[in-house]
Amino acid sequence: MREEPNLSPIVQAIALTKQVSTVSDELVILHDINLSVIAGESLAVIGSSGSGKSTLLGLLAGLDVPSSGSVHLAGEDIFSLDEDGRAALRGRLLGFVFQSFQLLPALTALENVMLPLELAGVRDPQHPAMDLLNRVGLGKRLGHYPKQLSGGEQQRVAIARAFVTEPQLVMADEPTGNLDSTTGSQIIDLMFALNQERGATLILVTHDETISNRCERRIRLDSGRSVV
Amino acid sequence: MNLFRLSVRMLKRDWRAGELRVLVFALIIAVGGMTTVGFFSDRVQLALARQGNQLLGADLIIASDRILPSHYQDEAKRLGLSVSSSLKFPSMASSGDSSLLTEIKAVTQGYPLRGELRITEEFGGRVAGLQGRVTESIPERGTVWIDDKLMVRLSLKRGDEIELGDSRLKVTARITQEPDHSIGFINLGPRILINADDLPATGLIQQGSRIVYRLLVAGEAGVVETFREWSRSRLVIGERVEGIRDARPEIKAALDRAEKFLSLAALASVVLAAVAIALAVRRFSQRHLDGCAVMRCLGASQSTILRLYLYHFTLLGLIASSVGCLLGLVAQEALVYWLSVLVNEELPWPSMLPAVHGLLTGMILLLGFALPPLLNLRSVPALRVLRRDIGLSSNHGIAGYSIGLAALTVLFVWKAGDVRLGLSVMGGFIVAIFIFGLIGFLLVRVLSGLSGQGGGAWRYGLASIRRRATGSVVQSVALGLGLMALLVLTLIRDDLLQNWKTSLPPDAPNRFLVNIQKDQLQPLEVFFKENAISPPPVFPMVRGRLTGINGKNIVPGDFTDTRAKRLIEREFNLSWAREMSPDNLIVKGQWWGRSDTGKPVLSVEEGIAKTVGIKVGDTLTYDVAGSPFTASVTSIRRVDWDSFRVNFFVVTPPGVLDEYPSSYITSFHLPTKKADFMNHLIKSFPNFLVIDVASIIDQVQRVMDQVSRAVEFVFLFTLLAGFAVLYAAIASTQDERIHEAAIFRTLGSKRSQLVRSWAAEFTIIGGLAGVFAAAGASALGYAIGEYALNLSYSFNPWIWVTGLVTGVVVVTIAGLMGTRSVLSQAPLTILRKIA
Repeated sequence: MREEPNLSPIVQAIALTKQVSTVSDELVILHDINLSVIAGESLAVIGSSGSGKSTLLGLLAGLDVPSSGSVHLAGEDIFSLDEDGRAALRGRLLGFVFQSFQLLPALTALENVMLPLELAGVRDPQHPAMDLLNRVGLGKRLGHYPKQLSGGEQQRVAIARAFVTEPQLVMADEPTGNLDSTTGSQIIDLMFALNQERGATLILVTHDETISNRCERRIRLDSGRSVV
Repeated sequence: MNLFRLSVRMLKRDWRAGELRVLVFALIIAVGGMTTVGFFSDRVQLALARQGNQLLGADLIIASDRILPSHYQDEAKRLGLSVSSSLKFPSMASSGDSSLLTEIKAVTQGYPLRGELRITEEFGGRVAGLQGRVTESIPERGTVWIDDKLMVRLSLKRGDEIELGDSRLKVTARITQEPDHSIGFINLGPRILINADDLPATGLIQQGSRIVYRLLVAGEAGVVETFREWSRSRLVIGERVEGIRDARPEIKAALDRAEKFLSLAALASVVLAAVAIALAVRRFSQRHLDGCAVMRCLGASQSTILRLYLYHFTLLGLIASSVGCLLGLVAQEALVYWLSVLVNEELPWPSMLPAVHGLLTGMILLLGFALPPLLNLRSVPALRVLRRDIGLSSNHGIAGYSIGLAALTVLFVWKAGDVRLGLSVMGGFIVAIFIFGLIGFLLVRVLSGLSGQGGGAWRYGLASIRRRATGSVVQSVALGLGLMALLVLTLIRDDLLQNWKTSLPPDAPNRFLVNIQKDQLQPLEVFFKENAISPPPVFPMVRGRLTGINGKNIVPGDFTDTRAKRLIEREFNLSWAREMSPDNLIVKGQWWGRSDTGKPVLSVEEGIAKTVGIKVGDTLTYDVAGSPFTASVTSIRRVDWDSFRVNFFVVTPPGVLDEYPSSYITSFHLPTKKADFMNHLIKSFPNFLVIDVASIIDQVQRVMDQVSRAVEFVFLFTLLAGFAVLYAAIASTQDERIHEAAIFRTLGSKRSQLVRSWAAEFTIIGGLAGVFAAAGASALGYAIGEYALNLSYSFNPWIWVTGLVTGVVVVTIAGLMGTRSVLSQAPLTILRKIA
């Protein structure tokens, strides 16, 4: 359900650290990240390749577990939950857009968008999915499979899938990374438009300064440390 | 959450995408094979059960190969039971110029006591489904009733006369249904029913005739049981009681054996299907990793994903297994057709039980081998949506398949009806897979050492095998199992069938004359000379039953081997000779000299000696015509039975058995142009039993042909399952290969370079698979020969050459064909897909 914007943080990361062991020593991927995102806000996470952007996104979404620190989503400490608890929380709160689209190849555009609703047990998943596909301009391609769609079209389907559950928070990982610049900017326009229409919070990982400038706030990562 | 609906939708989508075809195919084949055999044996079982006493013609039978003492009949009558008797023996029947070996059954009033005897007066042509009418009577004196086979082969009509020994009897009816004549190898010949009162006049009952005397008893169950107990205590060796529960045990045993063998053949397809399913589901799960990660990311819990795929596969299993059952229902008709030589009976429609078993087998198979990869799918890390390199921690290994393996073992034990056999077959498979796997790993390691050598293609091929070590070994073991099925079906089967069938040498004796009496020897010799055929050597025969070894009495119950039991139970022929037959060979001890004439010594045939456990130096006691005869074994002979000359299991020197009642036997070669000779011979010596060896061999070979065709038919399922394995194994590395091809081609590799390096890889995998297949097929051939068919299998060196060449050629061609489409796609398309 859509909620009115308020000033309480929807995402809060406290002293978030991620390190992995290599053959020779410990490699710190993220170091002591503190972050707070207010509901309805848009935040860009920028940095060069290997700066830890995607790792941070993974931790914020509860896809990965930190070495230390905590993440609160809508007030709930996600790492106090088990894997299934985090999945359920994601289903309730989050929408995702990935660089490689991550559509299920055996499902049509419509079926891909219906999927999160079906997983959430929504009784009539077809209508909202169709509405949203119409909104992203793919009303005539409902029955097409991902391989029959262009990269831009696939990403539109992915955006529709991300917004169809009316999530409070949408996370996007390099959403234009696999697209040419024209298509990329159309996709970004679409994402921002939908985000505003639905009053969702947006966390966007990108290395593209232009895109990041469209967000209300930015944090820059450099070798796993927040530098802004 | 309507997960079920979602899984139905996903099932449809996966089916459309062609992801499930091998799996479904393998499952249909496995269930189809099992239910084909299941439905068939169910029909036979139902037929046997339905017949009950019909099969026996009575509630209880006392049978013997000697005239039964009258106390049995007296006691049965005293107890108020109905009695009747019958006497069965083979003899020649002639009409006009043709004669035929038939089974004569002479019966007394009251026969049959149970079941129906149906006859008709209509003759001419077989009428399908002709019921005839039930009769309460038996043929009147001077008349006979005949069966269809005799009617057709002697072209008999109502009112015709046939000659039986010294009598001429009139054909008055045709038998359409007769108790005691339904299922089994035994009833190959035509049959005649006569009135027992006509028997003495035929002169056919003579010394040495093979007659089975039967007393039929029927009445109230309790009284019959009392009579059974009473007679049991009075049975002497050679007499036996047959009740409904042990009706025609030899037929039941034969059918049971056939069913077990067919079941095991069908189970071979189940094992192969299991391999194909395991490979296909492994690929399925690898292809669904991303999807599962996305679903995890979108909020699906582990149990949601597990349930989603459980519904998916349960539904798939039910549909595929049902199709398999339908296939089995249709295919069993083919078995009925091919095995009609064994089953001379309209079979009832099968029950649905085999279908239930089929469904169960399908589900166990699918879930047992699909579950481990599916369990893995549920734990796919959601982080994979961001980092594709994160895969599955593959921790299930072979242990994950333990449910499936355990289920298969239970199936084997159940179908083999024998814990040891079931466990050893299944154990054999597991050990084979384990050994193949181990050798595979070692060979891959050795081959990896060679990777620096050879041309570019070989280098890349070897490098690919090293990189995919586990995959390559799994592939070659799976391919080896598939190829093994092919080899067993072709080479081994031919070898075994060759051993099974025996061809007659052109000048070998083709007629046996049995039942020759001593006073007929001279006239017979004259008869031969008159017809310009040189008189063949004639051998004496004395019937005796082995009753003791080294002074210890033996009974059939002392032996577990069925052949040994039979040898002890029945009388067989002893003979005497001064010289050893030229086709005999002494393997132990010594043949007697002239001075041994009259000495109580014996020479025993090797096979019987081994079966019963007789050694040189043992003393054997025989019951010959009621009196004991004891002699010691001085030699063991090997007999070339294929020569079709007269031979005996037990021979003594002359002057030992001469006083006992004897008949004579001879064999000779009758040229085809002298066919008249036989008719004259039978007319002159009506008591002779003429055995036409050629036609018997022909008949036996026909049965063997049909039975082997039935076995081949069941093996067809195994063959198809083998193909499913081949396909699944090649497809298992397809995705990796596609990816590789795209990168190689992007880097400028030519199409031909790629093809050569893959060809090298497939050649190595195919070669390994071929060697595994040859080893497995040889072992299986040996096991089938030794344990199922009781014949020694000689190893065929060609199997190694064929295995290796077939492996290399089939796998390379199939592999390259499977990857062909990869080469025609633009690299970028593929890379995009993968990205």
